[in-house]
Amino acid sequence: MAEAAVTGSKPDRVAILNDPRWRSIIFQVVALVLVITIGWYLVTNTQANMEKRNIGFGLDFLSIPAGFDIIQTLIPYTSSSSYSQAFFVSLINTLLVAIVGIFFATILGFIAGVARLSSNWLIKNLAAVYVEVFRNVPLLLQIFFWYHAVLKTLPGPRQSLSMLEIFFLNNRGVYLPGPQPQGSFWIICALLVGAVITMVVWKKREDRRQELTGERRDLFGIGLGLILVLPMVAFVVIWQVAGTPLTWDIPTLRGFNFGGGIEILPELLSLVIALSVYTGAFIAENVRSGIQAVSRGQTEAAFALGIRPGPTMRLIIIPQALRVIIPPLTSQYLNLTKNSSLAVAIAYPDLVAVFMGTTLNQTGRAVEIVGITMGIYLLLSLLTSVIMNWYNARVALVER
Amino acid sequence: MGQFQTSAYAPGAHPDLPPPPSTVGIVGWLRTNLFSSVFNSVLTILAIFLLLVAVPPLLDWSIFDAAWMAESKDDCLKNPDGACWGFVTSRFGQFMYGFYPSAERWRVDLVGVLTVLLIGMVLFGKGKIRGYGVLIFLAPFPVAAFILLYGGVGLTVVETNQWGGMMLTLVIAVTGITASLPLGVLLALGRRSNMPIIRNLCVIFIEFWRGVPLITILFMASVMFPLFMPEGVNFNQLLRALIGVALFSAAYMAEVIRGGLQAIPKGQYEAASALGLGYWQSMRLIILPQALTIVIPGIVNTFIGLFKDTTLVLIIGLIDFLSAVNTGTQDVKWSAFTVPMTAYVFAAIVYFIFCFGMSRYSISLEKNLATGHKQ
Repeated sequence: MAEAAVTGSKPDRVAILNDPRWRSIIFQVVALVLVITIGWYLVTNTQANMEKRNIGFGLDFLSIPAGFDIIQTLIPYTSSSSYSQAFFVSLINTLLVAIVGIFFATILGFIAGVARLSSNWLIKNLAAVYVEVFRNVPLLLQIFFWYHAVLKTLPGPRQSLSMLEIFFLNNRGVYLPGPQPQGSFWIICALLVGAVITMVVWKKREDRRQELTGERRDLFGIGLGLILVLPMVAFVVIWQVAGTPLTWDIPTLRGFNFGGGIEILPELLSLVIALSVYTGAFIAENVRSGIQAVSRGQTEAAFALGIRPGPTMRLIIIPQALRVIIPPLTSQYLNLTKNSSLAVAIAYPDLVAVFMGTTLNQTGRAVEIVGITMGIYLLLSLLTSVIMNWYNARVALVER
Repeated sequence: MGQFQTSAYAPGAHPDLPPPPSTVGIVGWLRTNLFSSVFNSVLTILAIFLLLVAVPPLLDWSIFDAAWMAESKDDCLKNPDGACWGFVTSRFGQFMYGFYPSAERWRVDLVGVLTVLLIGMVLFGKGKIRGYGVLIFLAPFPVAAFILLYGGVGLTVVETNQWGGMMLTLVIAVTGITASLPLGVLLALGRRSNMPIIRNLCVIFIEFWRGVPLITILFMASVMFPLFMPEGVNFNQLLRALIGVALFSAAYMAEVIRGGLQAIPKGQYEAASALGLGYWQSMRLIILPQALTIVIPGIVNTFIGLFKDTTLVLIIGLIDFLSAVNTGTQDVKWSAFTVPMTAYVFAAIVYFIFCFGMSRYSISLEKNLATGHKQ
């Protein structure tokens, strides 16, 4: 162009193959054609193969009775329920592991991450050992370890380890007392919900007032009283007036096994322990680097303003560290959710084990089942990242 | 001034006094590092208590009460509170080679030695040596390794279903990383390209593989590959798993490499164009050498992840290292109470040595690479 301007003559027409615009179009068309051809090739092959093996295509199989039992069902399910019911049972089992695992992994990760930065030499190194050991051993091995080497070698039901004779631990799982709310229990629940809503609204108003006047009123004591003490008082009053609002179903040994109470399967337990310990080690590293990313001047400035160490951490360091921590934390949550599919190795009935395993084996509908399962995981990934991005946008630095 | 002077020293000539005894030596170290405040003291005491509870039984179990020599479970049943290391030593060959015929195991060893040499060239070599290392690794080495491991050309054929143990783990991990590197480079370049169709194809590919668990991919490779292929074409289980693993790690690799590409200043791209280099030339000569150097730690980290993920192949029936250990524990000849614990602890130590070693290497690289920027 510049040359053309200098000499005043029209630029030479370049060959189409050397013109960047044409080249990019040709390139993209070729790529698209290639991808479509490969896709078409795979689809026709699949169709031919399915026809030859007499496998139909469609979702009609979902309404057929499944005919197998599932060891853990949070929604009603029997072996005569349909495949779609089995699908939902297994999906809920996957979500259960993911949510419980994320909860514990976050707590563990934050504690270990802060501990790694402790000034206490022993605590710092213990946290470092935890992080390095559990980060560098494959998750599947850890699941096997907790399941086969720890929980399955516990004594049988008759020799259960027990605590206070109401919690029991044996090779069939953990048994906890199950709460059984009576009719009057809803009053306490209503009080609790009411107290929480009141406190949230009140806190919002106080924040607004603080912004206008600079006055700061500590709501912690009031909140504690309203949310904890009030329901407790109500509990005692109702107990005295109308009898207990809550009874406990305590597990007892019946024959060869325990009955009553809440039963937690060893499969679930080992999966949750392994997932949270493994992911917690990764989260600890994210937390550590997030806190280290906040410049030391921030702490010094806070101290210079006379803010005590506790509030400094809570009001100054953590809000800034969260900005750095949240994006990697999101991907750790996603990893945990995806890793929960390792459940299949110890036969915990999650989505992969029940749907991609048993259901696929029984029906032979490979294409539909693999498609649905992958779609669910993609959806879960998408959902987690949407939620975490929303949260991230809230804590992100507001720049002019 | 003089009237205040009580000592015999001239002003400024007083020798330095020793520091207070509570701030130096062992006492000082303990005070600053373990008992600096009430809270810290409580933590320290708790931690010491924890260590006292945990460490002696651990030592007893792993060393003092362990059955070091054991022929069968009987020797291990005698001391139920100790590890059964005899189990590991008696099955060590299987853990390393799977069912690879004993007479042919030298071939695996040879490939192992070659791999270590090449990796040494790539990781620690300088300049041209490193370049040759990468070239050999990408082209002639895989062929030679395949011939050595599988057979043909005068060597006895060993079918892949006899491969197993640590050897299979390493085959999957090394093949996965070698295949995913070039694929990852292409995908990363595609994702940063300004051609919308290419870019979107790459984004879809990368996000799809990163969004689903590796297990579902392995399942897909195992049940859907036979459907995808025309009649008569049959892949064996190992090849299916390898393709799945390679595509999966290529997506992760692409994101690592994209990070490196983004870190290259725009001036480098412009300078390459100003020199009259075309797209591929500028990538090959200017951008990629810099970008790949920056992301070597990231690549090593991806490899660590891949190495741990190879364990999942046991779910589709391949006998990798973990699977060999796991099957070993189910042997009736070794059905002692302490065997599962021993086996998993042994496997954990092996994986730990590999992964921890690699992560240390990646950290040291990061430090070496960072010197230019951080000062």
